[in-house]
Amino acid sequence: MTTFSPDLANFSVRFDAPGKVTGAEKYAADYYGPDLVWAGVKRAGAAHARLKGIDCREAEKLPGILGILSHKDIRGTNRQGIIRRDQPVLVDDKVRYPGDAIALVLAENREALGRALGLIRVHLEPLPGVFDLEAALAEDAPLIHEHHPEGNVLLKGHLLRGEVREAFQHCAVLVEFVFQTPYQEHAYLETEAGWARMEPDGSLTLVASTQTPFRDCFEVAEALGLDRETIRLKVPACGGAFGGKDGITVQSLLALAALYCPGRPVKMWWDREESFTVSCKRHPARLYYRLGADSEGRFQALEARLHYDTGPYDHLGGAVMTLGLEHAGGPYRLPNIDLKAWAVYTNNPLSGPFRGFGVPQVNAALEQTIDLLARKLNLSPLEIRKRNAVVAGDQNAIGVHLTASTHLQECLAVLETHPLWTGKEAWKASAGPFKRRGVGLACVMHGQGYGPVVPDVATAKIELTGPGCFRIYSGVVDMGQGNSHTYLQIAGEILNQPQSRLEIVRPDTRETLPGGSASASRTTYTFGRALIEAAQELKQKIREKGAELFGAWDLEEVILMPSVVSHVPTGWKIPLSRIAGELAPEDCLAIHSFQAPIALDRPSPDPALQLHGLPHLIFSYGVHLAAVEVDELTGLVEVKKYLAVSDCGRIINPRIFEQQIQGGIAQGLGYALTEEFRVEQEKVLTRDLAAYILPTALDLPDMESVPVASFEPSGPLGLKGGGEIAVDGPLPAVANALAEACGIRLSQNPFTPERVLRALREQGV
Amino acid sequence: MKIRLSFRLNGNPIELETDAERRVVDLLREDFGFTGTKEACGSGECGACTILVEGESRLACLMRVGQLEGRSVLTIEGLSDGKHLHPVQQAFVEAGAVQCGFCTPGLILGTIDLLRRNPRPDREEIREGLSGNLCRCTGFQKIVDAVEKVVSSPAEGSDPCPVG
Repeated sequence: MTTFSPDLANFSVRFDAPGKVTGAEKYAADYYGPDLVWAGVKRAGAAHARLKGIDCREAEKLPGILGILSHKDIRGTNRQGIIRRDQPVLVDDKVRYPGDAIALVLAENREALGRALGLIRVHLEPLPGVFDLEAALAEDAPLIHEHHPEGNVLLKGHLLRGEVREAFQHCAVLVEFVFQTPYQEHAYLETEAGWARMEPDGSLTLVASTQTPFRDCFEVAEALGLDRETIRLKVPACGGAFGGKDGITVQSLLALAALYCPGRPVKMWWDREESFTVSCKRHPARLYYRLGADSEGRFQALEARLHYDTGPYDHLGGAVMTLGLEHAGGPYRLPNIDLKAWAVYTNNPLSGPFRGFGVPQVNAALEQTIDLLARKLNLSPLEIRKRNAVVAGDQNAIGVHLTASTHLQECLAVLETHPLWTGKEAWKASAGPFKRRGVGLACVMHGQGYGPVVPDVATAKIELTGPGCFRIYSGVVDMGQGNSHTYLQIAGEILNQPQSRLEIVRPDTRETLPGGSASASRTTYTFGRALIEAAQELKQKIREKGAELFGAWDLEEVILMPSVVSHVPTGWKIPLSRIAGELAPEDCLAIHSFQAPIALDRPSPDPALQLHGLPHLIFSYGVHLAAVEVDELTGLVEVKKYLAVSDCGRIINPRIFEQQIQGGIAQGLGYALTEEFRVEQEKVLTRDLAAYILPTALDLPDMESVPVASFEPSGPLGLKGGGEIAVDGPLPAVANALAEACGIRLSQNPFTPERVLRALREQGV
Repeated sequence: MKIRLSFRLNGNPIELETDAERRVVDLLREDFGFTGTKEACGSGECGACTILVEGESRLACLMRVGQLEGRSVLTIEGLSDGKHLHPVQQAFVEAGAVQCGFCTPGLILGTIDLLRRNPRPDREEIREGLSGNLCRCTGFQKIVDAVEKVVSSPAEGSDPCPVG
């Protein structure tokens, strides 16, 4: 492969960009090989039904069909899942959503595969379905999992603090607000894909587009009855994930297929319709809010009920709900709260992790409720937030002491002097005919990491190689967000090396060490801290060897420079390649683990909530501003300008940080304005990217991202998580701007022209 | 139905026998290993499989191989000379327009076609010109920045719009 290496010592150019712009970079979908077998899945197509039989006779007769496998071919538990293993690899009892896998087909080519899938007959006995998340809670509702002790409630949570009823009685103002959010589809460009082969030594090589390589091996092994040690999972470049590949997609099916045809490579690559039907989505939610404040606008009491539709399987739905519950009161001082949440099983599409992880839903409801309250008090949206925003040392809404860096007030102060805020009245007044303009705000906060029970650990390995370069072994996936580049930068800073002398080994369960999932805004924080320790240890070993070779008695006289160690008093230099040769092989390596700190507070004694992540210790914060223009004639809402002011700790790589913020805002604006994944009973109505409207280059404004100067002492070089927070703000910021522009507040997103126009008409506009 | 097919691919003459109904995206990926031609929607909505045919952008997921007969095809693998990146590639790298990278080859070839049709697009025209290529990571801002960078400082001596 030709390598293009724009060697910029300042690390502003991502190491993986040259490979991506030339097409040289390989993704899971790009693996083929001689004698390739194509694997595909027969899907249920029904929402709730008892499986009575599978008839493969016609399909098996087709030329090119190598085999058709069902649950009977699985030796293990045939169940996968992260917290609850409740999802079958291949259905053995009943169908719980249209995307359920029934049979696995292996074929010599894709044409035969497609024809065979069409010829498989599945005999299903229909069962009454549950499609409304509140109806699913009724006592006589059909059960999705008959043996689940809580019926259709996957998980519920309750947080109570203070004297809520009494506090409401003393409030000067009170508002209530109900908001509903739909599914959001990840719509990563690379659909689910992978490749597998049973090797001659009996091991199984898997290549998959995943966020969780080590955890996947456990799940695949258990589901298929394999020894975990025999599975090697490699993660090449990932074509986007955003949470949608946090968990098994193709892995178990591919492994099963490979077991059936040892020695031959097997490929599975879902097309867009299959991806839309099968993959998890952002949980739809119904959110009931009641907020009270004193006459000064200081929040006194919050009551909220949060319903999350988790679909047919757990798939981290309990954890998503718990993070939503934790963030339901936002980054505000709130002495009295009564928050209840439910994650509810239904026969709707599968919900699961999606950037924001339950927070975009609650933040949409909370931040609109706050604007309603401000209006009642005749306070500006900024002023009411300033009066309630937490500072370091406060307890947040659920009672967690904020001992980590907390700079929301600084974000609000930056926004207050920004031209988009100071000039907003003039901008609004200059709207053209039949146009209305509004400017809306929303605060955001986002916890990072796994919470108090599941250890948030990563292990970094770094090696001085023969040519005197440094190789970082990362077990944490880079889904495109650029964490691996930041690892190079961190190691480069410690070891004083340019980018060209550093390389990264992508996640490979045989080569790299467990690093946890690429999720929860925790990758660079957790792995970065482990890497700092590992790099410092290796640096020490190199300097010690250098001192020995220089005959220096003071280690301080020996420093690392690009490609050499140098003896400062004499100016002597020894190439790192020679150091590598002189060191014992084990001394060319350093390995270090880091476990993220956890909060000491326990806002709830419920061990289930703690297991699912409550509470967090470290939060990032920010405030978002959306300036929108509404067309009175068409109902079209256009976001003209956008500002995100963020406290994500020290920004190590401003460009990568900006990429994350801009990408998060774009996803949030899609959620606010166009993206709606529609289902009707058991029919998925949104099957392709023509029906699911993603924002294009034309639909998005230029966005300004301003980080405030902050520093998280526990973080690597001072940083905090920045992966998710930007997606939490756009929906409420746009909703508040829309309300300011034309006085309408819709009960659900997206704010499509049809919905906006109808609301305008109802107002008599 | 098998057909004999002759065309130029990244400057090289190709002759082969293949099924006429195959999609060009599959031919390029499976027979030639040019996996830089990505597939993300399979129905002409995302632009990830953009290639240049006679210098004009085409969607390889909507083309049948027979449509290549006698024509010149450029994929992302053929864009640079192997030593230097094409100016549009270089601009994408430098502007930070690349995140997961799955949409990137299509966007780069789409940009080259845009610049062929309009060598001096303004920011709005760039946004309009690239609106057929979806990206889920970047929010497009840095992609627009990259194209603007090419427009404002075109590299000397390089062919901005290669045919293949």
